[in-house]
Amino acid sequence: MSMLARTLGRTVLQAAAARSVHTSATLEKVRTGHKIQDATYGANRTTCTLIPGDGVGPEIVYALQEVFKAANVPVDFESYFLSEINPVLSAKLEDVVASIQKNKVCIKGILATPDYSNVGDLQTLNMKLRNDLDLYANVVHVRSLPGIKTRHTDIDVVIIREQTEGEYSALEHESVPGIVECLKIITAKKSMRIAKFAFDYATKNQRKKVTAVHKANIMKLGDGLFLRCCEDVAKLYPRIQFEKMIVDNTTMQMVSNPNQFDVMVTPNLYGAIVDNLASGLVGGAGVVAGASYSAETVVFEPGARHTFAGAVGKNVANPTAMMLCGVKLLRHINLPTYSEVIFNAINKVLNDGKVRTKDLGGQSTTMDFTRAVIANLH
Amino acid sequence: MAARFIQKILNQLGLTAARDPAAVSASTVFTETTLKAKVNTTPSASRAYSSGSKKVTLIPGDGIGPEISAAVQKIFAAASVPIEWEAVDVTPVRGPDGKFGIPQAAIDSVNTNKIGLKGPLMTPVGKGHRSLNLALRKEFNLYANVRPCRSLEGYKTLYDDVDVVTIRENTEGEYSGIEHEIVDGVVQSIKLITEEASKRVAEYAFQYAKNNNRKKVTVVHKANIMRMSDGLFLRCVRDMAQKFPDIQFEERYLDTVCLNMVQNPGKYDVLVMPNLYGDILSDMCAGLVGGLGLTPSGNMGLNGALFESVHGTAPDIAGKDLANPTALLLSAVMMLRHMELNSYADKIERAAFETIKESKYLTGDLGGRAKCSEFTNEICAKL
Repeated sequence: MSMLARTLGRTVLQAAAARSVHTSATLEKVRTGHKIQDATYGANRTTCTLIPGDGVGPEIVYALQEVFKAANVPVDFESYFLSEINPVLSAKLEDVVASIQKNKVCIKGILATPDYSNVGDLQTLNMKLRNDLDLYANVVHVRSLPGIKTRHTDIDVVIIREQTEGEYSALEHESVPGIVECLKIITAKKSMRIAKFAFDYATKNQRKKVTAVHKANIMKLGDGLFLRCCEDVAKLYPRIQFEKMIVDNTTMQMVSNPNQFDVMVTPNLYGAIVDNLASGLVGGAGVVAGASYSAETVVFEPGARHTFAGAVGKNVANPTAMMLCGVKLLRHINLPTYSEVIFNAINKVLNDGKVRTKDLGGQSTTMDFTRAVIANLH
Repeated sequence: MAARFIQKILNQLGLTAARDPAAVSASTVFTETTLKAKVNTTPSASRAYSSGSKKVTLIPGDGIGPEISAAVQKIFAAASVPIEWEAVDVTPVRGPDGKFGIPQAAIDSVNTNKIGLKGPLMTPVGKGHRSLNLALRKEFNLYANVRPCRSLEGYKTLYDDVDVVTIRENTEGEYSGIEHEIVDGVVQSIKLITEEASKRVAEYAFQYAKNNNRKKVTVVHKANIMRMSDGLFLRCVRDMAQKFPDIQFEERYLDTVCLNMVQNPGKYDVLVMPNLYGDILSDMCAGLVGGLGLTPSGNMGLNGALFESVHGTAPDIAGKDLANPTALLLSAVMMLRHMELNSYADKIERAAFETIKESKYLTGDLGGRAKCSEFTNEICAKL
């Protein structure tokens, strides 16, 4: 009974959150609709699709919006509540996809993926979104942040993960009862594409080394193909060092000597593992931002994908990851000044260490942290 | 031999008694327990029942394998463990089918002894050679790989509160070896999950937790992405959990475990998972406590058990008396526990831990300068 009440309560809460976000978006529309007498107003503003996500998503997205508002950032949000665990309230995937295709940029919280789908789909909503938009490259820049005490220091790794095929192909079948086959698909085309992306990224950001993570000693054909593609592409970038490493060894090296890594390129599942592992090294899921790229669009979302569902409504989540997503967004849409101001404010708050959320050993709330960041915007 | 047979029967009876206490009268339970106590708790008794001393197959392996195997043999002799080693060579020979494989003598040896200890093996590069490790796994039906990882006093790493055991399904999953290139440039690899194998490893995990006084079993899965295959594995473990109500049970996503393990390894106790995840997590946990040179490993099978060190053959230091035998020694200790020679196991383990704690005779990989033989002698002296 209490379980039911809680679920209902959460649904109402999320609906409310979604609605409030919606209203703020419509408000913006109304304002633009009323033709504010500023000719440059529309021209200089960017519209960004916003998916608050499940779990603490709406709370941390709200924190980001507050910061944007306080910094007077010329970005308008077009908000859609997309959710797999809450199909009744969820916006239609087509609408969301259309919006992102139109706006080219999106800020997204984490979507929870239940162990079963209520319509019997094997594909999760996350996969569908990624496949529809062809968001093939997930880039997570894991960096030790100032003021956060961790076991390892000076970590600076970029993990580039192919996220449209591999283990996440959702092709499974039960041949006979009790025996399930799950297909992992690796194609040369997509492997080449992600390898090229990784080397281009390394070139553009003055990185020295690219490490390909694989398990080609066991999956000789599948991971072998991925590895071969990486090797082929590496030959075209002679200035960038190339190295390959087996995934289990990678995780072991990561926990004992993470400073040896620079840029990493991985198939889908290994990417998820390395992303989370690396995030754990620098302070957890609450402080790492990520972005998913297609040829046309970018979706900014936290780097380690956890909904933190146990903390919903408690005002304890760490909004740093989402704010850093905002910083990345601003850099991407060429608003470097705003981006810097917010980035410095976050760094200042973390460095001072007076306002810390629970995951970093403090007692402050999400809103405390947000207010502290806002107070440091200058 | 006879005593062992009786004990086996008693064990089976004991099992039924535990499952269905009402069916067995109190008196039988009483006699059973006393008998059992006589048979195997005190060291003198265990020495008596194995008067012919138990045979164990030893596969020294390649590279540093022979040195560390010799070290283990020396320590075992010093502790006068009632074990007789039967060393076999597993260098591949050409079989009647023209393929290279393990010599029949080695297979027979493990099959009769049921227990083996194995050093690192090198898989020769080139065509026609199957991975020897894989071949051994197949031959003896080694379905569960157990890797306890514990922080060692005396060897400081960044993580000092690690005490986890990873139990990995070892026969199927991503390592099924079924792959094909459908068209040029498109490969599908098949991950195979069966109910039978999943149940088997789940049962082993809970039984292990129970036998070793562990509190909690965590199943590591990715059933939100691989809904059918990992879903099946998850269901099997979930079902098994109900048969062990004393042991706490939790379900965690692979990525969550990765994230939390490096932040707070104390959160986990026994972990059970499919093949690939187990491979990755067991190596990662080894990384937390100082590398593969310190972690033992055991493979449980239907036809026997094989204990091994999982590090490489380290050809660069082979024959130089520089290798660290700890992993193989701790694997051998695990083997003694498996053979219920607990008092010897405890004795050797204590001596090894103390030697490492004193840090006087540490090998190069642990930041010391001692030779393998010095380290070995120190342990022998402590016994």
